[in-house]
Amino acid sequence: MKNYLSDTMTLANRLIKHNLRSMDTIITVVAMPVAMLLMFIYILGGSMQLPGVSHGEYVNYILPAILFMTLATGSAYTALRVFMDKSSGMFDRFKSMPIAKSAVLNGQVVSSVLFLMFSTVIVLLISFLTGFRAQANLGQWLLTFILVIGFAIMVTWLSVPFGLAAKSIDSASAFSYLLLLLLFVSSGFSSVEGMPTPVRVFAEHQPMTTMITAVRQLLAGQNPTADFWQSIVWIIGITLVSFFFSKRLYHQI
Amino acid sequence: MSSIIKVTQVKKNFGKQTVLKNVSLTVEPGTIYGLLGANGAGKSTLLKIITGLLKADAGQVNFGEMIMPKAQIEIQRRFSFSGQQSSVDDVLTGFENLTLIAKLRHLAHPQKIAQDLLTRFDLTDAANKAAGSYSGGMVRRLDLAMSLVGDPEIIFLNEPTTGLDPASRNDLWKMIRELKAKGKTIFLTTQYLEEADQLTDQIGFLRDGEIVATGTPTEMKRLAGSAKLQLTFADEATATQAAATLATYRVTAIDPEALAVDLPDGNMSSLTILKQLDDAGMTVVNFGLVAPTLDDVFMKLTKGVD
Repeated sequence: MKNYLSDTMTLANRLIKHNLRSMDTIITVVAMPVAMLLMFIYILGGSMQLPGVSHGEYVNYILPAILFMTLATGSAYTALRVFMDKSSGMFDRFKSMPIAKSAVLNGQVVSSVLFLMFSTVIVLLISFLTGFRAQANLGQWLLTFILVIGFAIMVTWLSVPFGLAAKSIDSASAFSYLLLLLLFVSSGFSSVEGMPTPVRVFAEHQPMTTMITAVRQLLAGQNPTADFWQSIVWIIGITLVSFFFSKRLYHQI
Repeated sequence: MSSIIKVTQVKKNFGKQTVLKNVSLTVEPGTIYGLLGANGAGKSTLLKIITGLLKADAGQVNFGEMIMPKAQIEIQRRFSFSGQQSSVDDVLTGFENLTLIAKLRHLAHPQKIAQDLLTRFDLTDAANKAAGSYSGGMVRRLDLAMSLVGDPEIIFLNEPTTGLDPASRNDLWKMIRELKAKGKTIFLTTQYLEEADQLTDQIGFLRDGEIVATGTPTEMKRLAGSAKLQLTFADEATATQAAATLATYRVTAIDPEALAVDLPDGNMSSLTILKQLDDAGMTVVNFGLVAPTLDDVFMKLTKGVD
């Protein structure tokens, strides 16, 4: 359909206006990872002893998890906006209009990914101020960017079915806590070696650890390893499953 | 006259719960159809099926020659639908809400369309304020304005005046009547019998997933029964005596001192009754005629009483 792209952009533009008009949303999304960054570097970091990681390099070690934390926090707002559009009847209005039906959810996703990337850039700039340095070359930065934007697309689609299925505002964004929990039970902030065996086995094999390792390697100037490709598979897989559930739920409401 | 909307034997279940058992209705072009029913009767579900938001489990919805959902996009170009009371974007301004809809309908000059509608609905002063700051009446006006973007021939309104104060409700009724005068077909759902009585040409009563009665507001009121003569007496003894005198009529006690008498032969038969009481030497303190309301029908049908 020739109007498909313009419909998606019209709908995304509406939500971009939402984001720009509630700057407190961006501040909330950025504040938490920045606070974590500062806490881990200046409070906990002093007594963190990780094998092969010097004290000064700890900020480089946790940066991937900090970036993903930004995306996870931000995706809660996507679920929230989806829930609001469902409960306010905006979805009904859009669905009753002569437009491509998938443009409505896609508009949500486009605006969400832009919002998440904007938040990530702010967090990245602040982390440079706290001493973060990367050894990556241009190609490795590009691959990092692909992983981060892939993660953003993945958590956005993941948030859509939660927003659609939610019965209240609170339950709409609750899933993002699960993402944050997964980030903490990973190699994001400390080595998995020190964890009790059952936790360690889980932490080693869950997708967050794979993706964090992949970003960490790229930023350290290493070329993509199996972790990178596994991350791509995880991202595509989770996105497809979420996409499928989103479509199903969207047609039922 | 051929109908503009024809719903034939539509059925819908959500899981094990049957929401629509078997619904058929027709809407004539240029009329206002009112779908009346209590909360949970299935009004919204039926509206969603007609407008293509939900798929029916069985049955068919026709718009003239076209069948929903096969010709969904073509049909949707001809109508507008406003969902739960009012679906406006609270963050966007009134102007932006209207241009958004105009752009999605791919109309030329969205700004001009928005300006014209803002003027028509008396929202020019609030054009650049967020719709979230509007009063209830303004939100409904904006909502109706959004429904008119692109000048659709059929307008679906879901409970358009629920929660409005009487003045705003009258404003909205006036606007809906103006739309009909312009030849639009309007399909609305309501819980308010007065609204259906005031606005609609045809009413369908939905109860437990079925249209249990259908007709014009006048026919509906006839269904509710005859007019009643209300009589008030000085005391209970006189009232009891009067009830005995009027034994040939259907008499119900409203108060100890007041009676309601059914008038099977129309309002004029009240003269006979009053004369009969006068002849028997009973003084009527006060009397009045009460026409049947849609509430009477509603109570009968929602409670399932004959």
